[in-house]
Amino acid sequence: MVSADTVYLPVSVDLPQEANHSHEKAKMTNVTRKWELFPGRNKFCCDGRIMMAPQTSVFFVTVGLIVGTCSLFFAFDCPFLAVRITPAIPVVGAVLFVFVMSSLLRTSFSDPGIIPRATPDEAAYIEKQIEVPNSTNSPTYRPPPRTKEITIRGQTVKLKYCFTCKIFRPPRASHCSLCDNCVERFDHHCPWVGNCVGKRNYRYFYMFIVSLAFLCVFILAGAVTHIILLAKEDRPYFEAVKESPASVIVALVCFFSVWSVMGLAGFHTYLTTSNQTTNEDIKGSFSSKRGQASYNPYSRGNICSNCCHILCGPSPPSLIDRRGMVPPEVWESLAKESTVISNNRTYGAVPHPPQPQVNGLPNQPDPKQAMPSDIRCQSSPQQVAGAVLCQPSAQEPGCVRPSVESPQEILLTPTDFIKNRPSDLRDAELDLDEVTNAVANLSASRLRLLQDTTMIESALDLDSLEESVSSIDTGSQAGLLKPKEFP
Amino acid sequence: MKAGKTLPNNSAHGDMGPPRVAQTQLCMKVFVQRDYSDGTTVKFQNFFPPELEGKLERALFENTIGQLNAYFREAEKGTCSTYCEGCMACLTAYLMYICAQTHYEKCLRKVAKFVQEQNERVYKPKGLYLTNPVERGLRVIEISILDQPVVSRT
Ligand SMILES: [Zn+2]
Ligand SMILES: [Zn+2]
Repeated sequence: MVSADTVYLPVSVDLPQEANHSHEKAKMTNVTRKWELFPGRNKFCCDGRIMMAPQTSVFFVTVGLIVGTCSLFFAFDCPFLAVRITPAIPVVGAVLFVFVMSSLLRTSFSDPGIIPRATPDEAAYIEKQIEVPNSTNSPTYRPPPRTKEITIRGQTVKLKYCFTCKIFRPPRASHCSLCDNCVERFDHHCPWVGNCVGKRNYRYFYMFIVSLAFLCVFILAGAVTHIILLAKEDRPYFEAVKESPASVIVALVCFFSVWSVMGLAGFHTYLTTSNQTTNEDIKGSFSSKRGQASYNPYSRGNICSNCCHILCGPSPPSLIDRRGMVPPEVWESLAKESTVISNNRTYGAVPHPPQPQVNGLPNQPDPKQAMPSDIRCQSSPQQVAGAVLCQPSAQEPGCVRPSVESPQEILLTPTDFIKNRPSDLRDAELDLDEVTNAVANLSASRLRLLQDTTMIESALDLDSLEESVSSIDTGSQAGLLKPKEFP
Repeated sequence: MKAGKTLPNNSAHGDMGPPRVAQTQLCMKVFVQRDYSDGTTVKFQNFFPPELEGKLERALFENTIGQLNAYFREAEKGTCSTYCEGCMACLTAYLMYICAQTHYEKCLRKVAKFVQEQNERVYKPKGLYLTNPVERGLRVIEISILDQPVVSRT
């Protein structure tokens, strides 16, 4: 694998260069609030008051559609309808519009229920617990369990360990691969509202969908009435359309969106009444499989109390203290680390091989440019599968010791880098968390690109993909964790 | 683990107020995990961690956890007033949340006060420090053993 280094060289171009780094350091010293150090990929505005998903372009399409259609309706249809029918129409329309926009902005700008990542101590404590105790003696190495079974009201539920957040995900939580956070009671990632939909903003999302359905029907009815009334004034239908082209546009937009919005509202009403999430419904978490009876342990018994609790129940607080001040000790230590990282990055830039492992295509210099996008989409599942296959040997933050003590175990690792890197880094005694994150982000970046092009998988956070992302993260982390274990 | 760094400073005992980050960073910690047997409501396991044996009476520990669980149960309980609050917020298009404090937030204030009081009365004199679970994302209750350095894992 000596030649491998030359193959990997282009990869190091992706790394933050010195120029970027000095900029980064300048930013570091100005850190005052916690959102600036937030490890996920969310966007923050207004000094942390507003948070959104990393990509927000579709959200602006949504806002543009709603505001555009409504202003056309208010400008061209409402004056006519207020005079001819009743002045209540503009009033009702305005109330609905305010409600829709308010709940939309609430959904988009609030924390969906992100579970903050574990502190290093907590992660170490958990990893110590999930380590298999006698794996050092057994001839065949077994990776420690990455799931924990618990019982919720008589129903067995598996908790998965999240490699990115370093926690056992609480029941119903899931990791959003677009935002890179674990979200409590994860429903789905909605690009239309530009945020995850989870425990904290589901009620806003639901009210948004339902009120939007009403608004759509209302505006459609208003625009159609306008055209019909115009046509009645003993003019041909064609003339009426000519007189008010805005009504036609409004009616068309509403006609095409009303079906999907109403369908969605109906679907979410069903989910709310049965206290399920979209994620659980799609995975069929509570459908009986293999003859085993399965029920939803989170349901509160009847439709009414489910609805009440989800839509009007106590609203949980945001657990990420975005606007909190960063204690001076923390950012002092961060500033110290960042200088160390700079040494380490330049030092470790050449042997940075997680990418080839991610794609399973070590010899291909840059698959994201070499392949057209449709092929990329097709090939991504295979690549993902490859990454998952690598998982048992590549990820072992908790079982670092066995793999070093018995040499055969090292041979199992698909690439040499895991073996090589610790010896590189063992000399440098650092706190490696920052480095770990940086490397993890880089190694997963290409897979994320793949995911971002195939919106569906990431939007629904299907398990296989999510696993693969995390397996990559740990692939690189495993190597980095070793020096920590051996002071 | 981090053998080269200095051991935790033991002078934290006399201080009131939370120990500085530097002091809690390098000491041994015990984590009380969540109990999900009743669903996803916030509840912590009442299981006494063996690491605290000899440092803290079992009854005191159980009292703390029980109290915290009671506060969270109160915060998450679906009473008439919380449902009314939710409905009101919905009717005002959630604009109410800009100015009014929710029931949950009031309960979290009580939790913070309780944790502080417990620290001053029980935990600090024994060389322990209880971290507010809200600061750990309600995942765990973190109890730092201030005078015990982290165990090296080699
Ligand atoms: Zn996660
Ligand atoms: Zn998301």
